[in-house]
Amino acid sequence: MSDRVEIDPFLDANQLTACVHCGLCLGACPTYLETGNENDSPRGRLYLMKGFLEQTIALTAKSVSHMDCCLGCRACETACPSGVKYGALLEDTRDHIEAHYKRSWFQWFLRRIVIEKFFPIPTRMKWLLAPAFLIRALKLEGCLPTYFRNALSLIPKKLESAPPLAEITGAVGEAKGKVGFIDGCVMNVMFQKTNYSTVQLLRHMEYDVVTPSSQGCCGALFSHGGNLKQARDSARRNIAAFEKLDLDTIIINAAGCGSTLKEYGHLLSLDPDWQKRAEAFSAKIKDLSEFLMEDDHFEKLKRLQKNEKTSGLDLAGNVTYHDACHLAHPQSITQQPRELIRNFCGDRFVELPESEICCGSAGSYNLTEPEMAGKLQTRKTRNILSTGAKTVITTNPGCLLQIRAGLNQSGNAPLRVGHLADWLWEQIDPTN
Amino acid sequence: MPLSGKQFTDLIPQLQSICGKTNVIYHADELRVYECDAYTLEKMPPDAVVLPGNTSEVEAVIKLCRDRNLAIIPRGSGTSLSGGVLAVDGGVVIGLSRMNRILDVDFRNRRALVEAGCINVHVTQAVQSEGYLYAPDPSSQFACTIGGNVATNSGGPHTLKYGVTTNHVLGMEMVLPDGETVWLGTQPGGPEDIDGCDLRGAAIGSEGMFGIVTRVLLRLIKAPQSCKTMLGIFESVDDAASAVSDIIAAGIIPAALEMMDQLIIQAVEEAYKFGFPLDAGAVLIIELDGQTTGLSSLTDQIQDICRNKQAREVRIAASKEERALIWKCRKRAFGAIGRLSPNYLTQDGVVPRSRIPEMMKFIKQTAEKYQLRIPNVFHAGDGNIHPLILFDEKDKDQVKRAIQAGHDILGKCIDFGGSISGEHGIGVEKVDFMSRQFSPEDLEAMMKLRKTFDPDMRCNPDKCFPSASRCIDFTLKKQISA
Repeated sequence: MSDRVEIDPFLDANQLTACVHCGLCLGACPTYLETGNENDSPRGRLYLMKGFLEQTIALTAKSVSHMDCCLGCRACETACPSGVKYGALLEDTRDHIEAHYKRSWFQWFLRRIVIEKFFPIPTRMKWLLAPAFLIRALKLEGCLPTYFRNALSLIPKKLESAPPLAEITGAVGEAKGKVGFIDGCVMNVMFQKTNYSTVQLLRHMEYDVVTPSSQGCCGALFSHGGNLKQARDSARRNIAAFEKLDLDTIIINAAGCGSTLKEYGHLLSLDPDWQKRAEAFSAKIKDLSEFLMEDDHFEKLKRLQKNEKTSGLDLAGNVTYHDACHLAHPQSITQQPRELIRNFCGDRFVELPESEICCGSAGSYNLTEPEMAGKLQTRKTRNILSTGAKTVITTNPGCLLQIRAGLNQSGNAPLRVGHLADWLWEQIDPTN
Repeated sequence: MPLSGKQFTDLIPQLQSICGKTNVIYHADELRVYECDAYTLEKMPPDAVVLPGNTSEVEAVIKLCRDRNLAIIPRGSGTSLSGGVLAVDGGVVIGLSRMNRILDVDFRNRRALVEAGCINVHVTQAVQSEGYLYAPDPSSQFACTIGGNVATNSGGPHTLKYGVTTNHVLGMEMVLPDGETVWLGTQPGGPEDIDGCDLRGAAIGSEGMFGIVTRVLLRLIKAPQSCKTMLGIFESVDDAASAVSDIIAAGIIPAALEMMDQLIIQAVEEAYKFGFPLDAGAVLIIELDGQTTGLSSLTDQIQDICRNKQAREVRIAASKEERALIWKCRKRAFGAIGRLSPNYLTQDGVVPRSRIPEMMKFIKQTAEKYQLRIPNVFHAGDGNIHPLILFDEKDKDQVKRAIQAGHDILGKCIDFGGSISGEHGIGVEKVDFMSRQFSPEDLEAMMKLRKTFDPDMRCNPDKCFPSASRCIDFTLKKQISA
């Protein structure tokens, strides 16, 4: 593909007019709840987008700051009665901003190099982590400026490693079919154990699990950061990696990636060679929790449940669930994870107040917008502590890192923050 | 009039020193979103927006505006459907959005003290685990603020049984337009009944013209033990409307009694996929609540009434989730209109319940007369109609016809012995109708009351009262009168 493809106009004006200004999105928007400024609300941002489109509002530090402040959590889409496709409008606007607005060298380096050139590639991500662990080992955190100290706090104390995933992992017992698995980029480095648990769960549902090594980053880091060209390239690579495998279902365990993967059809809608293939690919994507609540999978899980008395599982303490934005809003998956958790812990499940309000992680947002991310992290920590739960479960790597760091900073490290896949696997793992 | 350059450059640093730099919005690009609320037919950006963080900051801002003779306009979440927070002549908007905390909950006395910018639904969310709720539930409750509810004396579907905002506000703190802070009604920790004139009652529904409400003491009620939500599906609006009359005449007071007509059913169904029959003439949402014993005989009675009025079917919500979805469909119906039309104008007139069928016929005729689509979703139980007049703002002739259709409908409400607003307020939208509904003497008495609180008429000016001077471009209305 050639370089950046300029689409003129950069977004669909008809989509903007779907907004009837009712304001119902305001109460759902985390950044508006924090600043109280309507420019930091979906309604205000749609005004700014319209202004950019009609060229009545220039791309200035001020106007761009309100777009940068958006988490892209898409809680407004759930709230919007009028069906405004805010997420798509935001991606198109960000692409336009990155093409026409000059960033400070620091933001440029962060966005174009660290986030786009390191994060999506597991080997490079590991290089990036090495100095971080060194600084920690030498106890030099205190010498770092606040920004880097906070960024460092997101990195777990120890990366839990797990056996590498084979291209094909056989089912337990006779295979009744095969499913694809997307092992992700950040997941692959920081959460190998979660990927392992996911594959184990799928094996026990009697599927062969195919994890093609030719797959790569789903493109979310690019599309959320205003680089649609590279997001489209990522999409094409993954479609090519999976389409020859003749699979009906492809599983993802990271909420953020899942929502991007399910929207490849839209991402490549202007590419006649790929549009149909993209739609076919997206139709196969399922979040792990969604898949586990389908067919007889749930029944099977229940049968595998260990005997509470002999299992040695820690059954003390309540369990709560944080809705990862990209699972709850673009994918509308809120009930399935709760039902799975409730099945294993019954009355010990407690609802988390403001569960659907973003924790501030929002992909790489906590690096580009640390101030707002910190405010939302504090809000999330306060809500978690109010439940008295001992375990917090969620379904996205960014949320796990952000919530863990928030609890650590508040001096509540003993609370366990885990991915749904790991928690579920613990409940049934026969070797444990 | 909009401020001159010097006045403006002078004002901003002073506002910033009161509220902090990031809490003063004055750049033209950033003021644009404040040019209107959910009523989009008239637009005018304010000179500045300030977002104070507490009552003393509100006081300081108001004193500054008093000394400079500037208009002050309160704003919550900007969900008014009547232009209630439009800065008609510029001025300083005081946004209460940062004052959104729940300060104290007193379950023993069933009270909650909240800041004015607290979002309505957050109150119920904060107390529901203890089995309580805050009863007024306007359809915009996921965004609208308690301060805005006080200003318009908001209702909601459940006000048929529980009453409107004034029945659930014990007292409030208000900063008067001269900068003095007063408490009206019951004080936090004070007795329920207080002596003297009920100034609290006078201020509720005053559309922000008496002062800026900063804190509100709310009454909490115990959540009902159980509830039954029914859907009556009718072939025609007429049948549904007469079922409404029969239910009330039978002495039953449902918690809510709402009607949706065919067009709105179609929009809502597209948005939320509930499973409403698209060919039904009208759907009634009937909710009963209270002690579990007794609900089933009332449910039977209502089912009989509906069947007697040729209801095709009466469905009962089977689960909590189904009930929640029914209410989501109802409460978000206005917004779902975005799927039918780029713009809409909603009216909020009230007619005596018995005249609903005639009114609905009139709305249908009006739609035909002006060649517009007018879906209806409304509080049938109290006769509060909400015709949604669909138009496209790019088509100027259609805009004219939409406004005229709205006027015809409001006129008919008055003719039927009803009123022009049930809960949305007069705002700027219905100003011209006040003199049709009220005699000059009535209006003068109201104006006297308003001037007692705000002698200079600087607090949310140009709302409600007909003689209001307006220098904004009212081309649309001029076109019509031409």
